[in-house]
Amino acid sequence: MTQAVVVQVGQCGNQVGCRFWDLALREHAAVNKKGIYDEALSSFFRNIDTRNVDNGPDIYKGKICSLKARALLIDMEEGVVNEILQGPLRDVFDSKQLITDVSGSGNNWAVGHKRYGCQYRENIVEKLRKTAEHCDCLQCFFIIHSMGGGTGSGLGTFVLNLLEEEFPEVYRFVTSVYPSGEDDVITSPYNSVLAMKELNEHADCVLPIENESLFEIVNKINQMSNSGKLGTTVKPNSLVTSSAGSAKTLQEKPFDAMNNIVANLLLNLTSSARFEGSLNMDLNEISMNLVPFPRLHYLVSSLTPLYTLADVNVPPRRLDQMFSDAFNRDHQLIQADPKHSLYLACALLVRGNVQVSDLRRNIERLKPSLHFVSWNQEGWKTGLCSVPPVGHSHSLLALANNTCVKPTFIELKDRFMKLYKKKAHLHHYLQIDGMEQSCFSEAISSLSDLIEEYNELDATKGGPRIDPSRLKIAV
Amino acid sequence: MSIVTVQLGQCGNQIGHEVFSALCRDIHGTHGLCSKKENESYQDACKERFFYEEESAVPVARAVLIDMEPKVISQTLSTAASSGHWKYNSHSHFCQKQGSGNNWANGYSVHGPRHKEAIMNLVQKEAEKCDRLGGFVTIMSMAGGTGSGLGAFVTQCLRDAFPTSFILNHVIWPYGTGEVIVQNYNSVLTLSHLYHSSDALLVHENDVIHKICAQLMNIKQISFRDVNQVIAHQLGSVLQPTHTAGGGSGYSRNPLGDLLETLVPHPEFRLLGLRNIPQMAEHSLPYSTFSWPGLIKHLRQMLIAKAQMEEGIDWQVRPPHPGSCIPSTNKPLHFNTSIANLVILRGKDVQGVDLGSFQDPSLYTSWLSPQDAFNAWKTPRAFNKYEKSAALVSNSQFLLKPLDSIVGKAWNMFASKAYLHQYTKFGIQEEDFLDCFTTLEQVISSYTNL
Repeated sequence: MTQAVVVQVGQCGNQVGCRFWDLALREHAAVNKKGIYDEALSSFFRNIDTRNVDNGPDIYKGKICSLKARALLIDMEEGVVNEILQGPLRDVFDSKQLITDVSGSGNNWAVGHKRYGCQYRENIVEKLRKTAEHCDCLQCFFIIHSMGGGTGSGLGTFVLNLLEEEFPEVYRFVTSVYPSGEDDVITSPYNSVLAMKELNEHADCVLPIENESLFEIVNKINQMSNSGKLGTTVKPNSLVTSSAGSAKTLQEKPFDAMNNIVANLLLNLTSSARFEGSLNMDLNEISMNLVPFPRLHYLVSSLTPLYTLADVNVPPRRLDQMFSDAFNRDHQLIQADPKHSLYLACALLVRGNVQVSDLRRNIERLKPSLHFVSWNQEGWKTGLCSVPPVGHSHSLLALANNTCVKPTFIELKDRFMKLYKKKAHLHHYLQIDGMEQSCFSEAISSLSDLIEEYNELDATKGGPRIDPSRLKIAV
Repeated sequence: MSIVTVQLGQCGNQIGHEVFSALCRDIHGTHGLCSKKENESYQDACKERFFYEEESAVPVARAVLIDMEPKVISQTLSTAASSGHWKYNSHSHFCQKQGSGNNWANGYSVHGPRHKEAIMNLVQKEAEKCDRLGGFVTIMSMAGGTGSGLGAFVTQCLRDAFPTSFILNHVIWPYGTGEVIVQNYNSVLTLSHLYHSSDALLVHENDVIHKICAQLMNIKQISFRDVNQVIAHQLGSVLQPTHTAGGGSGYSRNPLGDLLETLVPHPEFRLLGLRNIPQMAEHSLPYSTFSWPGLIKHLRQMLIAKAQMEEGIDWQVRPPHPGSCIPSTNKPLHFNTSIANLVILRGKDVQGVDLGSFQDPSLYTSWLSPQDAFNAWKTPRAFNKYEKSAALVSNSQFLLKPLDSIVGKAWNMFASKAYLHQYTKFGIQEEDFLDCFTTLEQVISSYTNL
């Protein structure tokens, strides 16, 4: 069994990360009734003896003593991390896993990446090494951050670089929250584009998330729960946005519901690696199957169902509806419509009481309405995990490598160019040591190249299909 | 003579478990429908072939379980042990912590060499437990990373370490509409490598078995377990003891050798398809009766028309005029030309069954006489509760179309260079791919021109 380490950077990264750890504990508590420290738990948690916190070896078997998250919490302000350490999750982290400063990055990528990167490099490397040493077989790093700010964006991508240098064999999955058009951080386009270059070059897979999509999903659920229609009573802990049943007992904060969605995304992504099933899908398989060319590693994700109705009689129609919804634009975690764009590859990770025939039936049903690239007409990767998420009997995570990410990138580029043409706020960046005009031009060039690659693929969509001729054998 | 089974990857281990369960269930059943002496002889032969006894008296499967990650093997071991009827040797497995990631190159070039010694030690130990080693059966899928890549590597090692032993690869072909996106690459790499070191490849296609589950077994929500149980039944019908031609002198002492001798007369043609009838839900069995002539007629037409199961057979397909020598380009389309066929009959009244229709020369290529190309094995002992069952193992054009389809899709992807970086980073280069494509195009060409 392999382990994964979560590196949460910046305010957004840490808030989402916090939700992730909370829900992870809830999930394992629901599955692991006997309190035995098993292999599934070990993928994200260490089991230590609290009496020998500093020097004791980890306990690999037997009863759960004290669980510690395999995580690194990094923020250049103290507020968020301090809150976590005073909250109900304080025992899951220890002080050796934190790197904080006081003044923040001022929404400036250069401050995060160049200044703090340089300053904290050794500290970060040392703590990463320590975390890695506690892992028997480290398979993957999950970075959680936002793109629009300074710390998550700048220092977060600095850490990404570091991970590639220090741990080249370990996969790097990055969950990135992209800024929306009405973002209140004026320089977010600069920060995002500068960060994009790093993601292009150093990440194995990126799961882009947009707040607008999360917000719409939350609204949808609220409407559903409050509509009071007959037969629509929703099981509270089944909401993809809910923290019900977890450690958090305080009043939920406004972003909690949205962050829970992202936390659930990560839990579902790793479920098949942690729990058993008839067709396992490990993290290295995701990267293998969904990334046909190294730079095209942006995966659009969708989670269904968003909630479970309390009505126990689940007709089979509902199962098929789950599959249909996964391709619906309303369920995507970024503002995109994969159905009308070109698929390079698609993965379906099903959890719970779903069998291979259900999977096949739905793939057959949905295939005709989707456009796949000519060299990957049957480009489906499937996984079946027997353990459903808390509150559901089954669920589906769809990951699509689809050209529908292009509009998001184009918009980002446009917003960047608006500022850059006027050289607005540029001096804040250029005055940082190590930061030059070329950083900007290289970054926008990298983004343009990426957009161009998607354009080329889109151009093949709908065209005549000419299969290359096969090798001829002399008879 | 004993057979050592090597189960590779998730698919191989899940199926292997169902196979041993089916074999065990079969010998313990009271449905033998034959004399007590015959039954006991069958049970002993089966036990010697697939199990050995320990003091605990629960038979232990002659198997080595291999996977690169631990979840499936630990589940397989515990499920077997909890059955109470048989178990695996708890030491006879090898696993690592991280899987092959559906990457053939990872399985073949990285895991293979790294773990060769440990794996071959386990195999050696199992081989030594056999009084007489009859050969190896490996069970693997070709779509993933471990079963396919590591499986190909292990097959090569088996060939090197046991040059005179028979090796039969039981290979599972994935669903056409994808379980793994790079499955066609993995398949091309696996098949071409196996072709060089294996004696024969016995193939099961997921699509075909799925249809059987849906239409013949009437299973509503088909799980992989259902699919695997049908596969295990079909494989069991081939591997369980029978009397070979000339019968009456006891059960075959060399099952794999006999199989390969009858079916693989030429090294260019190693692909074996398998059909087994009748196939139905267990609760329907007591209400069904079959006659041998009916079964034989269906089986023959299934062979000729490349039917996947006994429903929906195209009865319009006819062999070309008997006795005439027609070049392959003029043969009726959809007609399946065979190199060699083996029919295995199990159950009531087998002795009198007339199999003349299978000896029709028009079914076969011109370079073998039907007497050599066709063989029949029979045993009066019924198999797995089927009063009568007939299996056909065929070296023919059964698999031509599916193989062509897989190579076509893989070539299509290869031409765009998609996913190649995933393979080159583990040491499989474009030239290696080209070699594999060439090998398979050659196989396709050979089968097409029968």
